[in-house]
Amino acid sequence: MKFTKTLAAATALALGLGGAAIAQTKAGFIYVGPPTDFGWSYEHDQGRLAVEEAFGDMVETSFVASVPEGADAERVMTQMALGGADIIFSTSFGYMDPTLNVAAKFPNVKFEHATGYKRADNVSTYSARFYEGRHVIGLIAGRMTETNTVGYIASFPIPEVVRGINAAYLAAKSVNPDVQFKVVWVYTWFDPGKEADAANALIEQGADVIMQHTDSPAAMTIAEEKGIFAFGQASDMMQFGPNARLSSIIDNWAPYYIARVQAVMDGTWESMDTWDGIKPGMVGIGEFSDKIPADVQAEAQAAVDAIVAGTLHPFTGPINKQDGSVWLAAGETADDGTLAGMNFYVEGIEGELPN
Amino acid sequence: MLRLEPRRQPSKTMRWLTPILAVAITMVMGGVLFAAMGQNPFAAIKIIFLDPFFHETFGPYSRSQLLVKAGPLILIATGLSIGFRAGVWNIGAEGQFVMGAIAGGAVGLALYPADGIWVLPLMTIAGALGGMAWAMIPAFLKIKFNTNEILVSLMLVYVAYNFLAAMVTGPLKSPDGFGFPESRSFTAVDSTSLPMVYEPLGMHAGVLVAIGVVIAAYVMMERHLLGFQIRLTGESPRAARFAGVNPALIVAVTLGISGALAGMAGLFEVTGPAGKLTTNFPVGYGFTAIIVAFLGRLNPIGIVLAGLLMALTYIGGELAQLSLGIPAAAINVFQGMMLFFLLAVDVFVNYRLVWKKEVK
Repeated sequence: MKFTKTLAAATALALGLGGAAIAQTKAGFIYVGPPTDFGWSYEHDQGRLAVEEAFGDMVETSFVASVPEGADAERVMTQMALGGADIIFSTSFGYMDPTLNVAAKFPNVKFEHATGYKRADNVSTYSARFYEGRHVIGLIAGRMTETNTVGYIASFPIPEVVRGINAAYLAAKSVNPDVQFKVVWVYTWFDPGKEADAANALIEQGADVIMQHTDSPAAMTIAEEKGIFAFGQASDMMQFGPNARLSSIIDNWAPYYIARVQAVMDGTWESMDTWDGIKPGMVGIGEFSDKIPADVQAEAQAAVDAIVAGTLHPFTGPINKQDGSVWLAAGETADDGTLAGMNFYVEGIEGELPN
Repeated sequence: MLRLEPRRQPSKTMRWLTPILAVAITMVMGGVLFAAMGQNPFAAIKIIFLDPFFHETFGPYSRSQLLVKAGPLILIATGLSIGFRAGVWNIGAEGQFVMGAIAGGAVGLALYPADGIWVLPLMTIAGALGGMAWAMIPAFLKIKFNTNEILVSLMLVYVAYNFLAAMVTGPLKSPDGFGFPESRSFTAVDSTSLPMVYEPLGMHAGVLVAIGVVIAAYVMMERHLLGFQIRLTGESPRAARFAGVNPALIVAVTLGISGALAGMAGLFEVTGPAGKLTTNFPVGYGFTAIIVAFLGRLNPIGIVLAGLLMALTYIGGELAQLSLGIPAAAINVFQGMMLFFLLAVDVFVNYRLVWKKEVK
């Protein structure tokens, strides 16, 4: 069935009839890694499949994977737009300028750029409050580490990543004052080899719990091998570390993608900025491993509940910056503007932020 | 039974026929691969090779992207082919590409936001010098200590990548980039932006330079004493020495030229298609150019055709992903097949197939 469908589509294309059929809504997706990375791109692709599921024949989706951030991304999105896409999801930070450039050339096509900060009349941005998830796994990490050393594989020193490190550190420190974070910058989103090297280096430096802000399950695999703990990143990653995995931060893009495609169908699409967290379901916390003691599980669950209830903000003062200057006074919570541009470590994190 | 018999002379016909043969076999085997994945092989091959030219909707844009993608490949491969013909194996063009972009880009950023038509030429010269300087490291080590230039130049690629990361997170980082590791945009300022010469064909100034370089390389290799010395060194190093060719000079010159051209290509990439220095701007042109050089038979004109063909598989490959959902990895396999089959059928240049009865 699927084969005949593809064949029919291929033949239609071959005859130059592509797009001339029924008035379907076409949604294009562009990924920085392969949809089989079982992390970031995988979850975006799950979102795409959810869109197909929700709208059936009324929608046609396509994607191009492993597109480098830069000139190639611009070409791929242009081809998508030429191919009749009504809405294009560009799912990596580095696609920001290419997205804006292509959007300017195709004013009737809607663009959705993940994790960026530049918008236009036909460009929306969306991201998730991953730092809420970081808070929860930070609590668990602080309780679970025996060497008091948590390893952190970081991608690029952009606000989103720095925010994650700070949130996890503050949470870990709140339950374990002796905890230390070791951060390795790998300057890539997806490179299993490099990610695995970084994990090994961190373990050699004494880390017995690893967190990551990169897209592949490489760190999880290493953690499983070495008998230490890790967390699923973007995706649950249970199958890569049945013993190592403590919990996970799961990106759930499906509801947002369905809503945005619906808006295009209804003609109600507008440019906007979305930043959703645990409560609306864009960030999910994976099931707690039974390796986590019951009281720690309860503590982590209480944090999740408090974030949902709105009574807990992961960045609540008193918090000092790394240089000792005051950032937030006691009881004060960080505003979204400061969080969006966060370019400093909080007090207690060792090492220098690459700047 | 069928046997391979050495030819007395390498076959001239085969030298030109094998690349075409390799592409043909790639199409067939690629078709088999796509069919095994449940795709219509004819549609897939058509999309990859023909749609970028002739498709109603995609054609006009794809055509304009061919030269954008082929330009750097041709520029780098031309430089590499000169060295390869002398038996000097520069495998590190990717590193020279990166260092050229950094050197030229740094000049542009230091002058930011200077106005004037002299800015871009100055950056180009700095880019060429940067690439050349990087290539001089393996040249110097080879001449002085007889090290292997394949290893040294290749290892220096990874040094260059890390240097790039250090530069775009440090001295060359854009002050308005929210901490993201990237430089200011070169294309946002006219004086540092590579001018487009002919839009419908995507022909920017870098492509013009590449065409000029191809012609110059052809003249040098065929008509100039240096070209003769380079070829002689490659074909018979001993004879070259007797003829008074200085081998150290040949190493330095060929690595220097290929480094400078790769550096220039890097500079054109960041002032044009990529728009700025980022850790992601090098997408492997320096490595792909090695395939292009061999596919083009180390001949300037062959390299132009090979560069265009390679660009075609990239752009056609993206169209195939888009319209048929063929995964990116399958497209990479397809591109790899091309070099693989070329190397395989190359045997017919020096050997021929003969049918012989078994003699007891």
